[in-house]
Amino acid sequence: MSAEVEETLKRIQTHKGVIGTIVVNAEGNTTLITSTKVDYAGLLHQLTMKARSTVRDLDPQNDLTFLRIRSKKHEIMVAPDKEYLLIVIQNPSE
Amino acid sequence: MPVVHKTGTVKSKQGSNTQSQKAPAAKPAKAASKKKDEEDGTEMGEGDEWMQGKTLIKPLDQLDLTEAELKEEFTRILTANNPHAPQNIVRYSFKERSYKPISSVDQLAVHFVLEGNLLHQDSDEARRQRAKQGLPEEKATVETAVAEKPETPAAGGEDAGDVEEGGGEERADSVESKAGKKEQKITNQFNFSERASQTLNNPLRERGCQTEPPPRANFSATANQWEIYDVYLEVLQKQEKNKEKAKAVPKKDDDKGKKKMMLVETQSDDITKVAKVAKIIERMVNQNTFDDIAQDFKYFEDASDEYREQEGTLLPLWKFQYDKAKRLSVTALCWNESYKDLFAVGLGSYDFTKQGRGMLVFYSLKNSTFPEYIYPTTSGILCLDIHKHLPYLVAVGFYDGCVAVYNLKEETLQPIYKSTAKSGKHTDPVWQVKWQKDDMDNNHNFFSVSSDGRVVSWTLVKNELVFTDIIKLSLAGAVSEGPEGVQLPIMACGTSFDFHKQIDYLFLVGTEEGKIHKCSKAYSSQFLETYNAHNMAVDAVKWNHFHTKVFISCSSDWTVKIWDHTIKTPMFTFDLNASVGDVAWSPYSSTVFAAVTTDGKVHTFDLSINKYEAICQQPVVAKKKTKLTHIEFNPVYPIIIVGDDRGYVTSLKLSPNLRKKPKEKKGQELPKGPEVEIAKMEKLLSLLREPENSNA
Repeated sequence: MSAEVEETLKRIQTHKGVIGTIVVNAEGNTTLITSTKVDYAGLLHQLTMKARSTVRDLDPQNDLTFLRIRSKKHEIMVAPDKEYLLIVIQNPSE
Repeated sequence: MPVVHKTGTVKSKQGSNTQSQKAPAAKPAKAASKKKDEEDGTEMGEGDEWMQGKTLIKPLDQLDLTEAELKEEFTRILTANNPHAPQNIVRYSFKERSYKPISSVDQLAVHFVLEGNLLHQDSDEARRQRAKQGLPEEKATVETAVAEKPETPAAGGEDAGDVEEGGGEERADSVESKAGKKEQKITNQFNFSERASQTLNNPLRERGCQTEPPPRANFSATANQWEIYDVYLEVLQKQEKNKEKAKAVPKKDDDKGKKKMMLVETQSDDITKVAKVAKIIERMVNQNTFDDIAQDFKYFEDASDEYREQEGTLLPLWKFQYDKAKRLSVTALCWNESYKDLFAVGLGSYDFTKQGRGMLVFYSLKNSTFPEYIYPTTSGILCLDIHKHLPYLVAVGFYDGCVAVYNLKEETLQPIYKSTAKSGKHTDPVWQVKWQKDDMDNNHNFFSVSSDGRVVSWTLVKNELVFTDIIKLSLAGAVSEGPEGVQLPIMACGTSFDFHKQIDYLFLVGTEEGKIHKCSKAYSSQFLETYNAHNMAVDAVKWNHFHTKVFISCSSDWTVKIWDHTIKTPMFTFDLNASVGDVAWSPYSSTVFAAVTTDGKVHTFDLSINKYEAICQQPVVAKKKTKLTHIEFNPVYPIIIVGDDRGYVTSLKLSPNLRKKPKEKKGQELPKGPEVEIAKMEKLLSLLREPENSNA
């Protein structure tokens, strides 16, 4: 199981255009895999919590699947889990 | 002792000054008051005497005053001033070198002085005297008596001595008695000794006890609608679990359940928890990378189709490939009915000489870089089928004649069922498998056809695959002589089959000899019909989705033929200039079908538009050497997937021209579509039979 997951993460990292990958746990500590900036973790954690809270407030049976933030330079993709947060920064135009 | 008198203002008549005999002129003030006192005191007594002998004697030096002068009142003031005190004492001041009057004169007048002879008993003198006397030290009264005695020693003399002795004896006695008493008590203000007693104070000890402080933890939480919802859900689940536990009789299950729970918990470490999320992210990343393809898939419609009435195009979309499957060729393709983006690819080899391992791979359109599920197999796969209602059950037929069933929900890579030599596996490669409806016992079952000439039905009974021979394909008329003269029918090799969509028992089998047999599940020995279809092996035979009578077949003899099963000869025949690997009807139209050939082309036909030619002939693969092996239409989306012998699967989008639905009758809805399709087909067919007026 874990080998598969590791493989998946590896694939993501080596995917075209991906700049960095971060895994954030519930408290906001990072188990970095590859990243250029660490600031992402705390800030995105809060944002994701807010987004999730919004979604669930609107309908408690609903839940946040993922969050995309597309900026001029690149795209930040956040996929929350119960305990963890997986953040991938990709440059989609490449 | 001098006594100070009170001052007072006395008015006295000067006239009656006859009583001035006693009062000397020097002390008028006191004399006056004294006089009065004496006068009051001795008024009665002395007054009488005076009254008796009163003869009014005038002193010689008395002043003679007139009456007026006599009545004159003189004020006399009593003060505390000493009349004898000088009022103007002057002292020489050396500082000022002159005589200066003293500001205040001492007004003290001493009248009487008597020196006493009392000694304090504790004073040195007293002690000395006592010691002299030889008496013990005593208190003041005794001592004073004793002290007096020595002061008048001369006067006392013998009498004093006697008296003294007597007194001394008395005194001694009294002293003794008094001493006894005195030891007990004396509290006078002169000789006060403080007596105090202290109770025994218990020593103080401090005792303390400290308990461990209760553990503290900071707690903070938010109360949201969804948090409340979550808690409710949890409670519900717990209740359900409790109910289940109450119902569950054997406790062993609980233990097993607990063990399973434990196993699950121990397995899940940091990385595995990210699994699901990682998958989502991977898809997202892929979506970004292949964004344009995704957009095309959804929205692109070839506009140029408007100008080309009779032609259509195929737009290449994703290309699916798996590294480990590069040397294998795609031998089977199947879309999943429930998950419309999921399809299965069977990998193996058609080459007789190069037989090795195989693979079962599942792809999703959402992730074109990596398969969703991978199952490696020992033998090459030749066919597969996904159950229509249970999307996790996959039946697979192998080159070595085995059939297997995989359950995608299971985490193992092994099939849940596999046929073995004992359980009636085929002796030759299995060319086609197909799921059937559940039988009467609600067991799943599927059919397989193989080169060993058997059509076998496999039933999933609990843990086993139970096989039933449905029919044996025997070559009609061909009988060979067996070793002992027994006549063995030569088996034909089945290469494909297809079940009728509506009529359950009816199915078609294509053989290697080029014949197509129409069979029934009920009759195991006889065919209902045989068609001499092709010159070479029948690679695929497929019933039309709409028209119940029509089926299509393709073969390596470069032809594709369309049949009406009631007629022995084909309706349509198409020559495609290359060996046809596979053919498939479209799910949306009864007249559209596509075929793939070994020259890498996809031929799409729409009989309602063009009866003789393909409306689209498009090479799909880059290298011309790659042979296309299979094709499948997606049931929902307008895309087709094409597999080739290099292990690639290419997805293509059908242009609008290829997807034409009959526009003839307006107001016709889709459910009625089949009928229209049927009518369409019928129209075509009838043209071949005899000219008829078409029912437009």
